[in-house]
Amino acid sequence: MVQKLDFIKETPSQTAGPYVHIGLAPAYAGFDIFENNFTNEIAGPNTRGERITIMGRVFDGSDAVVKDVLLESWQANTDGKYNHPEDFQTKDVDDDFRGWGRICSDFETGEFTLKTIKPGKVPGRNGSTQAPHISLWIVARGINIGLHTRLYFADETVANGTDPVLNGIELAERRKTLIAERSEQDGEVIYTFDIRLQGDGETVFFDI
Amino acid sequence: MTIERPNFQPSAPKPGEYYQRDRDWHPPAFAPIYKTSVLRSPKNALLSIDQSLSELTGPMFNHNELGPLDNDMISNYAKDGDPIGERIIVHGRVLDENGRGIPHTLVEAWQANAGGRYRHKKDTYLAPIDPNFGGCGRCLTDDQGYYYFRTIKPGPYPWRNYVNSWRPAHIHLSVFGPSFSQRLITQMYFEGDPLIDICPIVKTIPDEAAIKSLIAPLDMHNSIPMDTRAYKFDIVLRGRRSTLFENRLEGN
Ligand SMILES: [Fe+3]
Repeated sequence: MVQKLDFIKETPSQTAGPYVHIGLAPAYAGFDIFENNFTNEIAGPNTRGERITIMGRVFDGSDAVVKDVLLESWQANTDGKYNHPEDFQTKDVDDDFRGWGRICSDFETGEFTLKTIKPGKVPGRNGSTQAPHISLWIVARGINIGLHTRLYFADETVANGTDPVLNGIELAERRKTLIAERSEQDGEVIYTFDIRLQGDGETVFFDI
Repeated sequence: MTIERPNFQPSAPKPGEYYQRDRDWHPPAFAPIYKTSVLRSPKNALLSIDQSLSELTGPMFNHNELGPLDNDMISNYAKDGDPIGERIIVHGRVLDENGRGIPHTLVEAWQANAGGRYRHKKDTYLAPIDPNFGGCGRCLTDDQGYYYFRTIKPGPYPWRNYVNSWRPAHIHLSVFGPSFSQRLITQMYFEGDPLIDICPIVKTIPDEAAIKSLIAPLDMHNSIPMDTRAYKFDIVLRGRRSTLFENRLEGN
């Protein structure tokens, strides 16, 4: 008999189901319960950086809009520094920068909106540099295990061109699924990012 | 708003990578037995990427962001009395695959009431809403990774999958861990429930042992006599390597 490895197995995932909002965004489920709700503010008013709004919708394999989806976002600040003790970079994190957000799509239109600041470049593996990006995690009824993807910015052509993750996508055509288009409306910077769970233009999802 | 920084360090010694997910242990994205997954599952294989700072870091939460009743679903929505139903405690530890407790991590829970009805504007099941039950709670694990909730045992409820599909009694649980790569949502079931074996959502999990790991046993030792029964449920998040040799995370 060889020695025994003492690992335990990860708890298996189960779908978040249709009522995920009760637990993760009760106000959205239609009631008020906690004294303190998470502000859901990714970047407070004092956080440095370009203010941006990300808007999009999630589509299923029949091209129908998924209207009960919940997304979480995770990003670095404008200097590319994460609000986390393991970020080894000697850079400051803004006092009111959380870096994390939770967003529900609208039950009627399916549109989700995320207000944040544009992140900076982040170190990659082995001395490489990653283009500015926001990590996204998507759950909903019918999604058996949360889907990880990333949002990149269309105006970062040069950085995107050398990003190790984008370049790791074999089919160049599919890289586009991770790039949000930039536009301006009434002085507001809008990035549009639709997510396709399945079929034509299917978003690239990661096993991380 | 000022974000207070957590004053603790994650449990593992040095930034190492998280073990890869065992995709045969988790349910596949496409599981036709659960009909809604058919159109909501990617057809392409997931792209495996190296973990960078973006994956090794993740959001953290503080005790002062939570209220004192947040983990007590018996009283956190009580208006003019206790909710109807069986009083239970759900408790356990959040561990990583190395068996280490994960301290100060956020656990969020939501569930139907004793009759199987959710307090959600989209739930139209004919069982009544309980005026004293919200059905959601949250807590941070302590420095050993321990968590607990007090609640009412949820009822099973019918849903449209097959004509006559019923969910076993379950509590939905969402857990973070120190890394965004560990993010997990799961469901906890109760020992002895005959609906577990015939539930399409449970059956999306291919491995029998994996299914068993979602069933909480009755824990009489931690039950409170004449008051509340306990169920024990440990939650395991991905573990991580303790050393980082070849693949340098930092620059040259
Ligand atoms: Fe449920």
